[in-house]
Amino acid sequence: MADTALKEKKVHEPLFHIVKRSGLIWYKAWLIRIFAIIAALIVCALVTMMLAHQNPIKVYQTMLSGAFGTQRRIWILLQSLAMLLCVSLAVTPAFKMRFWNIGGEGQVLIGGLATAACMIVLGGKLPNALLLVVMVIASMAAGAIWAMIPAVFKAKWNTNETLFTLMMNYVGIQLVSYFSMVWEARKGSGQIGIINQDTKYGWMPVLGNYDYLLNIIIVAVITVLMYVYLKYSKHGYEIAVVGESQNTARYIGVNVKKVIIRTMLLSGAVCGIAGFLLVSGTNHTINTTTADNRGFTAIMVSWLAKFNPLFMVLTSFLLVFLQCGANEISTKFGLNKSFSDILTGIILFFIIGCEFFINYQIKFRHSHKEVQ
Amino acid sequence: MFSMSVLVTFIHQAIMQGIPILYGSTGEILTEKSGHLNLGIPGIMYAGGISGVIGAFLYEETLPSRDAINPVLAVLIPLLSSILGSLLMGLLYCFLTVTLRANQNVTGLALTTFGVGFGNFFGASLVKLTGSEIPSVALTNTSQFFRAYLPVADKLGAFGQIFLNYGFMTYLAIIIAFVSAYFLRKTRKGLYLRAVGENPATADAAGINVNRYKYTATCVGSIIAGLGGLFYVMDYACGVWSNEGFGDRGWLAIALVIFAVWRPDLGVPGSIVFGGLYIVNQFVTGLPMRDSELFKMLPYIVTIIVLIFTSIRKKRELQPPEHLGLSYFREER
Repeated sequence: MADTALKEKKVHEPLFHIVKRSGLIWYKAWLIRIFAIIAALIVCALVTMMLAHQNPIKVYQTMLSGAFGTQRRIWILLQSLAMLLCVSLAVTPAFKMRFWNIGGEGQVLIGGLATAACMIVLGGKLPNALLLVVMVIASMAAGAIWAMIPAVFKAKWNTNETLFTLMMNYVGIQLVSYFSMVWEARKGSGQIGIINQDTKYGWMPVLGNYDYLLNIIIVAVITVLMYVYLKYSKHGYEIAVVGESQNTARYIGVNVKKVIIRTMLLSGAVCGIAGFLLVSGTNHTINTTTADNRGFTAIMVSWLAKFNPLFMVLTSFLLVFLQCGANEISTKFGLNKSFSDILTGIILFFIIGCEFFINYQIKFRHSHKEVQ
Repeated sequence: MFSMSVLVTFIHQAIMQGIPILYGSTGEILTEKSGHLNLGIPGIMYAGGISGVIGAFLYEETLPSRDAINPVLAVLIPLLSSILGSLLMGLLYCFLTVTLRANQNVTGLALTTFGVGFGNFFGASLVKLTGSEIPSVALTNTSQFFRAYLPVADKLGAFGQIFLNYGFMTYLAIIIAFVSAYFLRKTRKGLYLRAVGENPATADAAGINVNRYKYTATCVGSIIAGLGGLFYVMDYACGVWSNEGFGDRGWLAIALVIFAVWRPDLGVPGSIVFGGLYIVNQFVTGLPMRDSELFKMLPYIVTIIVLIFTSIRKKRELQPPEHLGLSYFREER
């Protein structure tokens, strides 16, 4: 090998060049991803060792016990998983269309705000079942409207949607912060507090003794529906075509503007449902951190899963597991809770980086024969 | 409604608020001109701030007494460590998006998660990790050199208050903004950089080293943005790090890029307008607390209006770079 390289050195050829792969068999792609995650976990353990002075096995043990240690922890893990998954499902149709909706955060908050508004204003004035229906509709409508505004401008004037939806997040956050003060529980607190704590008007019913079971079931149903919608429906096909090439879509007679607006309405409505589940089914209150950056994390979940709703269960599990595990590490070893963000960041970098090796191939000098 | 002295204070504070945003947006404009939408700017600004804090903290720890501090080192050490911190963040972003051609939005958001976590983690645990005896990170000693201004400013009344009453980093921000504007519009390299952002394939065919321009622009952009974080901690916050204190200024910086229609020189007045909008609620008398929350929406709403307006007008000079957000692969057709 070294000999041939020396002989041929007169011909100027770079040491290696990069070629796009035509397609990698699915198990090889997953092997690369799993390898990246393992490498990332090793780096995470090293970082934790340096900062917490613990041996790596103990670090992993702590992470596992933080995620699965008790029955309650498992429920919390599943609940966080469901919420993150719900937002990820919401942003996915838009991404498949190559519409970068990074406004999930704002859409979730506005949906939650609509839910909270119904609970506060209508609580006790309507029968509870009817109230819940009104809340769902209101939150879906609110989220859909919040998402539709950038979509209309994108469809009509090609306004940059990434920047538009990003700005809408902060308008939404400030609106929530405003209404937190309008409906504040105690004067001057600026917090809404638990809504209808005694009467439980507008609280989602609890199945059995499991607080979050209903949330989890609802998200599971949405996951299946979204999978079917994207994969087997005519709408799903139109979304895929618009995402691949708007010109092709126009050529085969797809109304691109209509698809953009319709898909964003759906995206926003599902975000609204996530807001509803967070307010009515989980926290029973709303503040600016209710969405808890899920709107942004969801983008990574969706992208890592290649926009496939079923894989998203796995990717959101990975991120939620990391958060729960890292939180436990930080409490147990007395580190700041932001530690989980550092670990999440490291793992994401590895997974993002490994996609390169799935999509591209590095060909070294004179290795044509071996590759063939 | 405004008395003269209130107006002067308002302008002064608007500028102080605007400077970190100006640093961030100048950095982001340079990056975006190379075709990369770096949503990691908020994280990079956090990293730049905390790296400066770590440098200054370690330096202050070595001092035998408070008075032994050397003014030159007290400024240089935080400055260099901040530059190093944000440079590393920029390199990471470049490696993933330019070399590995990863999706820019996802990489940027991951970088923000990481950078904010990094900042808050070390901000809160620096004291514990180094086993120091101080209760919290308060670098007032270092900060005095960042805040030092010409003594003559106090004697010149309103003029001195508005124009001279700032630390050196304020002027540095404005200088960097104008130099960047000059670079982009008047120099050959600036032209090449814009060509890379508009259409990398054409630039490549013309013999421009696309990847080198992308790397340089993004890394220099990150360093400039990181200085915004340093300014915030050392000058605005008097050397006291507080978690989440930096708030959403990183996102405001990205908003300012649009507001300034991708021109660093317009970023200077733009940043003062943003700074003013950020604090105007404190100056409107008799305003209930809750209405001030609505006022904080203003910078974002103004940005949205500018975004819509420029997209409707379709004037070529006011558009984002053509290839913003797309990665470039030579062999792709």
